[in-house]
Amino acid sequence: MNAHAATAQSAAPAAAPAVLVVNNIEVIYDHVILVLKGVSLAVPEGGIVALLGANGAGKSTTLKAISNLLRAERGDVTKGSIEFRGTRVDSLTPNALVKLGVCQVMEGRHCFQHLTVEENLLAGAFTRTGRGEVAAALDKVYTYFPRLKVRRASLAGYTSGGEQQMTAIGRALMAAPTMILLDEPSMGLAPQIVEEIFEIVRDLNARERVSFLLAEQNTTVALRYANYGYILENGRVVMDGDATALGANEDVKEFYLGLASGERKSFRDVKHYRRRKRWLA
Amino acid sequence: MSFFFEVLIGGLLSGVMYSLVALGFVLIYKASGVFNFAQGTMVFFAALTFVGFTELGLSFWAALPATLAAMVVLGLVIERGVLRPLVNQPQISLFMATIGLAFLLEGLSQLLWGSEVRGLDIGIPDEPIAWISDRFGLNISRFDLSAALIAAVLVIALALFFSRTRIGRALRAVADDHQAALAVGIPLQQIWAIVWGVAGAVALVAGLLWGARNGVQYALTFVALKALPVLMLGGLESIPGAIVGGLIVGASEKLAEVYIGPYVGGGIEGWFPYVLALVVLLFRPEGLFGEKIIRRV
Ligand SMILES: Nc1ncnc2c1ncn2[C@@H]1O[C@H](COP(=O)(O)OP(=O)(O)O)[C@@H](O)[C@H]1O
Ligand SMILES: [Mg+2]
Repeated sequence: MNAHAATAQSAAPAAAPAVLVVNNIEVIYDHVILVLKGVSLAVPEGGIVALLGANGAGKSTTLKAISNLLRAERGDVTKGSIEFRGTRVDSLTPNALVKLGVCQVMEGRHCFQHLTVEENLLAGAFTRTGRGEVAAALDKVYTYFPRLKVRRASLAGYTSGGEQQMTAIGRALMAAPTMILLDEPSMGLAPQIVEEIFEIVRDLNARERVSFLLAEQNTTVALRYANYGYILENGRVVMDGDATALGANEDVKEFYLGLASGERKSFRDVKHYRRRKRWLA
Repeated sequence: MSFFFEVLIGGLLSGVMYSLVALGFVLIYKASGVFNFAQGTMVFFAALTFVGFTELGLSFWAALPATLAAMVVLGLVIERGVLRPLVNQPQISLFMATIGLAFLLEGLSQLLWGSEVRGLDIGIPDEPIAWISDRFGLNISRFDLSAALIAAVLVIALALFFSRTRIGRALRAVADDHQAALAVGIPLQQIWAIVWGVAGAVALVAGLLWGARNGVQYALTFVALKALPVLMLGGLESIPGAIVGGLIVGASEKLAEVYIGPYVGGGIEGWFPYVLALVVLLFRPEGLFGEKIIRRV
């Protein structure tokens, strides 16, 4: 498992069959800005897969390509395919995808600020119509996020960052998804709250059998909770592997876990960097 | 003193009619962020279509649902034909599109129904209510009071719709953050279509009441001008704001006309509400009831 081998087609993580398969997609914004240059990844049934990489690497774009929120930003998948449970979903609307069980929690949470916390959650159940069903879903969200129950009548815009993140995840849960695309849940939150949220993610994964594709810049935390990880750079997957193996990898340690001295560099610089190291030695 | 109350009540009642027109703007602005320049024309179109149907021989109770259906269809066509192609375009493009729409609709309605002025009788006479005159010595128009009641019922129904129903909640969600709404599976286009349909229905009620009062003619589109200060006062995205704004505009313009008018030679009814609205805007740019922009990360 090294940077060179990983750029080639990566196999789906072993064990469980893949529920989500992204196959060599290319994404272009505004008809000209090429952002993803052939990204492939797979999420196994019941897995937590981390999509890692620096700011601007293309993590959010990958998630939006899957949930098809891309079109609302004038982005297009111009090559490759996306399959969910064996069927192509590239051209489905977000509404159809949510009904199939794929729901995205967007970067920056995007709560409905002028709706109360509870109204946010109920809005998340738009695709479900059974009254009892919705009430049961609400109860379930409140058992996972007791804090939301306390804040249920507050306007979401006036709750804390952590509460907004919980609202956003809870709102997605209301649609009864089997797969959640979670974009940067740790962003701007205190470490303690980040742990709290990741614990809930792990809980949901274990008890509700929800699979997660998790975009994160916080590599350390993400690799602790994920089973598998992909590292994205400049719109390409440059490395992938089991979370533990990735966490132990020297280059990952050096560039993403901040365990070595010096500023973070990219894998593209690795060759050059190694050569220089050799010279210096 | 009873003269003062007469003016005040008359003003409040006509204010409710302003609210009704303002409400159409608020609905569309709330859900799609578009200031619909064509709202006044929709009011005119609704009134004209209703009169057209009655001239074709339909009774009042047959023409009402027929016009309602026409307005909903019109709303759907506008959403699909004008707004959907412009989705993701800058706000100003959408605004320009609604200006174009206003003129298109105006031409279309006159093409369909002709351009002569028509009367519209909805069966409520504009005369003082006897028992109120007898008991309180106030002359309150039966028409004004009925119109205000009809408008009030509509407003309450809409408020309940927005706060209690699944679709209403989705509407507010879309208004708040349409990307997030998409992400949780709310189909934007379906929601926009509903909003335009509802705005069409509101335009119909406004058109009937205003048409019955002023006659059905092109000048009806200018009731939109009455709604502007209401919107400035109440905020563009607030239903309670549209109501209170309408009441304030109605009451203040009538009182100003009667009590200040004589000193400045009269005719201030037309522009006084704008002055009032500008003063409010100076202190509260989002209007009295506009949603505060929540700045917090
Ligand atoms: N709507 C857009 N239009 C044009 N370029 C975009 C758009 N969204 C993102 N990009 C560009 O795509 C690249 C990847 O962005 P993004 O997927 O948000 O990265 P990440 O989530 O990893 O930080 C960035 O260079 C960004 O500038
Ligand atoms: Mg991102």
